Order: sequence, then structure tokens, then C-alpha cells
Amino acid sequence: MNGPKLLNHLESYGFETLAALDPGVFYRVASERIRAGGRAVAYFGLPEEGGTCLVLILGFDSERRLEAMSVSVTDSFHSLTSEFPQLHLFEREISEQNCLEAKGHPWLKPVRYPLKSGSPVAPGTTDFFQVHGSETHEVAVGPVHAGIIEPGHFRFQCHGELVFHLEIALGYQHRGIERRLIGGPDKLTRHYMETLAGDTTIGHATAYCRAVETLSDSKIPPRAEILRAIMLELERLANHTGDLGALAGDVAYLPTASFCGRLRGDLLNMTALICGNRFGRSMIVPGGTAFDIDPALAKELKLRLDAAFKDVKNAAGLLWSTSSVMERFEGTGLVSKETAIALGLVGPAARASGVRLDTRHSFPVGAYKLKAVLPADAPESGDVYARAYMRWLEIKRSYELINDFLYSLPGGPIFIEPGAMRAERFVVSLNEGWRGEICHVAVTDAEGRFRYYKVKDPSFNNWQGLAMALRGGQISDFPLCNKSFNLSYCGHDL
Amino acid sequence: MKVVAQYLMVLTLSPLLLGVINRVKAFFGGRKGIPLFQLYRDLFKLLHKTPVYSRSTTWLFRAGPIVGLGAVLCALAIVPFSGRHSFLAFDGDLILMVYLLGLARFATVLAALDTGSSFEDMGASREVQFAVFAEPAFFLALAALARGTGQLSLSAMFAGLTPAVWQSAASVLALVTAALFIVFLAENSRVPVDDPNTHLELTMIHEVMALDHSGPDLAFILYGAALKLWALGALISCAVLPRHSASWFVDSGRFILMMFVLAAAVGVLESIIARLRFLKVPYLLFTAFSFSVLALMFQAAR
Repeated sequence: MNGPKLLNHLESYGFETLAALDPGVFYRVASERIRAGGRAVAYFGLPEEGGTCLVLILGFDSERRLEAMSVSVTDSFHSLTSEFPQLHLFEREISEQNCLEAKGHPWLKPVRYPLKSGSPVAPGTTDFFQVHGSETHEVAVGPVHAGIIEPGHFRFQCHGELVFHLEIALGYQHRGIERRLIGGPDKLTRHYMETLAGDTTIGHATAYCRAVETLSDSKIPPRAEILRAIMLELERLANHTGDLGALAGDVAYLPTASFCGRLRGDLLNMTALICGNRFGRSMIVPGGTAFDIDPALAKELKLRLDAAFKDVKNAAGLLWSTSSVMERFEGTGLVSKETAIALGLVGPAARASGVRLDTRHSFPVGAYKLKAVLPADAPESGDVYARAYMRWLEIKRSYELINDFLYSLPGGPIFIEPGAMRAERFVVSLNEGWRGEICHVAVTDAEGRFRYYKVKDPSFNNWQGLAMALRGGQISDFPLCNKSFNLSYCGHDL
Repeated sequence: MKVVAQYLMVLTLSPLLLGVINRVKAFFGGRKGIPLFQLYRDLFKLLHKTPVYSRSTTWLFRAGPIVGLGAVLCALAIVPFSGRHSFLAFDGDLILMVYLLGLARFATVLAALDTGSSFEDMGASREVQFAVFAEPAFFLALAALARGTGQLSLSAMFAGLTPAVWQSAASVLALVTAALFIVFLAENSRVPVDDPNTHLELTMIHEVMALDHSGPDLAFILYGAALKLWALGALISCAVLPRHSASWFVDSGRFILMMFVLAAAVGVLESIIARLRFLKVPYLLFTAFSFSVLALMFQAAR
């Protein structure tokens, strides 16, 4: 075997079919496939006897195709980052988690919590780029912030108000979730999935449940599929609405900030109405969903949704029609299409830069097979305005989708008992969370338990996009750019 | 007697202006808002606290709030009240007033630089940069007024403003008032120049310079900011309220009402526009400067 293995999304394969390539062949094939348009969906090191098995999974979105390839290495591997920047964080992670040297990596430093040295070093204690000169200065922000937000360390190399470079050091929220999942699933697994990134509870729980269902050859009832899609779109709606409000708050535009703050609450309450939790915890379970929507509830949801959407429409409309707001949004935090592709950005941030990619469209599952979702046609300027307007377009579409789904709820059960997971298999599960593509890769051992579980939150791809957005920008625009991406710290840190 | 009563009224009422601005903004945001008298409670609380000083700061840091408040208190003694004479009025006092406010800024900036924090340094740099544009606009606006009324004392200038002057030199006075209003917003770190409500250090100007101050020092800074809001607001109120009745009580009542109308106007303005990006702030201040220059030219040509 000397080429990549073609994969279907959400189909389990025997792990042995993913034959390891010859090292020389692996790097050559990987380079060729990425050059041919492949996007790194996951790249991780699987511990095996006497070394590590590197697994690279590439997505070809326009062709709706996944490819996987692997190679066995012992204590070092060849870095491809210099040619393909989208791999830089994946390679740093492999190096850190498997104690491998990434040969030729241009900026090898810890992602979260270096285990290499034996004694763990605290996050953030690492080298940073530096700019020297009489009029340059360095601004360090965090990990403790002025607002109630998650910890992260940001280093700005500035010349006056101009930012030359921003470097972001994360890892403060590292909880070791992936390690804890090995040997699972157990009682706590679902809980870990729901708290990978609290605001993406439905997104991650759905990706996990689909992986388990695929590995156990279970097919969940159609009603459960539609219910999951409703929850996912509600999550998207609530988060995008909250973000539009936060963007308005950052430019001190009071009306939209106030409206959207309340409306986000209203939308979260709709989620709570369905499953009793504002973030949708305990709704998605392997085998289906834990709660149903009866006709009376559907009617109530419809009423609330219409009312909330009407208000969001007004609040968002105020942003686009107020020139002082548009003046702040337009041209701020530019990320070009080339940069977005090179860094492998995903989700609304990528779409705002003109990269048409949406997992709901490229790799549709369940309800999205019935209802095609084309990547939204946004202003592709790659600035804060494009990212904000993208949110509004997604809000509109989520509203339409929920409306459709609520009307087309099929009858039948909402849950089937999933069987035992098959041994020695692996599966790739993709899901379009509100931030972008979520990727879970599960590998089972001989007993059908998790031998390895890999989680990739969209934030993992997009943090570098934020750093690039600041290049050549104003340091005072950082909070605005940051909000336009609104990335997860704990989703990155795991 | 009356001048002392006026001064005491200013000292007690100033923090209420910020309360009014906050309540108006809360109303527009659909919220109830913080109590009108919250700043008084905050000041009371802060005055009873023990300040904390970093080991790396020097006396400059401790002197900042005291010099700042002292300078603003002196400036207020020059600012006219309801078009009536203040007790420290003399020919040319307008120059002293502007420079007292400049001294307050200088002390605050030095204290901020003394901390060595990159945030405070950035705030200090921004404060000074924008002052470079705001001060000429302020000076020239006052110069236009001085030329129009033929007086060199703030009190006399505004006392000489009668409805008849407004009728004959409306364009000059309107331009002066507009310039003063922009300077008023910028100097008091209001939207669209600064955002007094933000928690984001990277975007702050004035607030970030007070980050390291605590206890009574912070109380001095907050109180000084409220007094400065009154000092600059009073000039605008005096300019737009030219009619003087014989009664001191009626005049004072109308003037105080005007101050709160001004505060409410700031609240409304902050509720309907976003703040400018920093690169654009100088354009706004340059607009104020142009208004002042135009006012001066119109006046000279009259």
C-alpha cells in the first residue's frame, strides 16, 4: 500500500486497514495530497508498541471526501509546517503528547502542558518572538484578565499603537480529557464531552454520540436526528446572537449590546425548555436524544422563536445601518483568503474570508441530508464586518432550519439502545458546531473500548487566524477582533 | 456669600452628573441602571479604605491624584456659575484655567508612567496625544469668545453674553459651543472618544491610567473626574443660557437644570453612537479646532 486510504465520513474501518506507509512515502504523499487541496482535519500520534503511529486525516471539502494515511515513527518525525502552516499546531501537539522531536519545525514550543521534560512546566513559560528597537515595546495581557473570561496569555510586539506581531500562549485550562477518555466510554464520558467547551455542548456531544453509534453499528431513529439538528441550530442561534451583542458592546454601541444580551438568554431558555438545561446538557445521548418535543412544546418553541428572531433582526439591523459601528467593523482585523486557507481556518471565520466550507454541506449527516445547507454567501472581505455579518446570515438560516425541522418532525421513537462497540475499529466524526468544524476520531482496542480518542475543537484551527488578523493592525482593535472570532480556550486546551 | 454657596453647590452636585448619564444610558438599554447617588457611595467607601502601593512606584504615583484633584478644585474656582462671577475671577484667568486642567493631566500622566505598566503607559501616551489636539481647540474657542465680548476673564465673558449677543453673533457662538462640546466629550473620556464603561484595558484612555490607584487615591481621581465634567460642562451651559434674570435663585436653578440636561444629552449621545477608532479621534478633535478657528475668523470679520 503506498497511497492514502479513502474514508467515508461516519463509517467504521478496521484499524489494520490503515496500513502504515513507509516514512519517505508518507511525507511525500501527505505533501502531495495537501497541495492537491487537502485540509488537515486531524493529525495525531497514536501510541503503539515500540513507538508512535502518526495518523493524518485530510478533508477534501468540495469533493466531499476524506483520506487517511499513517506512518510509524520512533523518536522523531519530519515536520511539514514550513510548507503547510496549517499543520503547525498539530505537529506541536504530536511532539508534546508523544515526546517526539518534530524535525525542521520552525517554532516548536508547547501547546498546552509540556510533558517532555519529565517535570511539567507551567503553561506560558516558553519562548516568544521579540522585536528590538528604541521605539518598539511589548505588551503582555493575561492569563488573568479584567473581565470574567477564560485564561490565555497574549504577547503583542508593538510600535506605538501598531501591532507587528501577536503571539498567543494557551494551555491554562488543560484538564487531560483525551487521556481520561482512554478505556471508556464510562459513566463520565458523556459529561466530559458536554463540557469540552461549555458553549458547544451540543456540537461536541453530537460528534461523540455519532462516533459511538457508528462504532456499534447502531442507526438512530429519524426523529432523534431531527431533534439533534434542532438543538444544534438553537445553540448556533444563541451563540451568534450573543456575539453580535458583544461586538456592539466592544465599540460602545449600547442598543444592540443590550438587546442581544437579553435575546441570547431567551434563546438559551428555549434550549432549557426542551431539556431542562440552558446549554443543552444531557440532551444528546448515544442512541438518540434523552428528551422529546411534543406538539404543545413545538408550538410554544415556534412562538418564542418567531418573537426572538424578530428582535434579533432589529438589533442586528441597527448594526448595519449605524455608520459609526460600520466604520469600526469595516477593514478591521483583515484575514485574507490565502491566509485563511494556508492556516486551515474553519467555520464562520473561514467563510467570512471567502473560504466556502461548511461541514453541514460537505459531510452532511442526519437531518442535513434532507435539508441541504449551502455555505452562506457573505461579504468575503475577511474583516470584522464580514465575520459579524456572517453571524447574522447564519442566524437567519438557523431560524429557517429550526422552523423547517419543527414542522417536519417525523413520528417514532427518539432512542434506541446502542450495542457494544466493535473491536479494533476507527471512525472519523465531523460536525459543524457554531464555531466551525468539530472533529472527533475514536479508535477502539481489542475489547471494544476506546484505545484512543482525539478531539479537535474549531478553536484549535482558528486561534492562529486571530493572531494574523492583528498583524499590522491597531492594538486597541484587539478586543474587537477577538470578539469577532470568539474562540474557546477550554476547547483548545482540552 | 453667594459665590461660596455656588462653589459648595458645584462640589456637592458634580458626582450627580455621572449618575444622570448612567441612568439615561440604562434607560436606553432597557435596564434599571445603578442608583443615581452610587458615585457618592463609592467615594465614601473608597475614602475609608487603605490604599495599596506597588513597591516599584515612587512619590510621583502618590502625588498624582492629590495634584490632579487640587488643580481641578482651583480651576472650578475660576469657572463661572450661571453667568455670574466666580470668586477667583481676574483678567486672563481663562489661561490659568486651561493650564490648571493641563496640570491635572500632567500629574495623572506622570503617576501612570511611574507604575511602569505597559497598559498605563499606553493610556498615558493616548491621553497626551489627544490633548495635543483638544487644547488648541479649547483655547481658540475661548479666544473667539474673548474677542466677541471684549473681556479676558471667563466670568466677565459669560456675564457679557446676552440674548442680544446671540442675535448678532449667532454663528460665532454656535461654532464656539460646538467646539466646546467636542472638547467636553474628549476631555471627560466619553463616547465617541473613550468608553468609560469598558473593562478592556487595551482600548482605554483615561480609565487605564487609574488602574493601579486604590482607596482614597482612587476616590480623588473619581471625584476629580466628576468635577472636571462640571467645569467644562459649565462653560457650555453658560454659553447656551445667556438670559439673566434679576433673581440669583432663578438663575442658579435654571443653570443647574441646564447642567443636568447636558448630562442627559451626553447619555443620549452615548446610547446611539459607537466610539471612534483611535486613528479617527484626531479627526474629531480637528473638527473642533476648525470650528474654533472659524468662530475666531467670523468674529474678527464682524
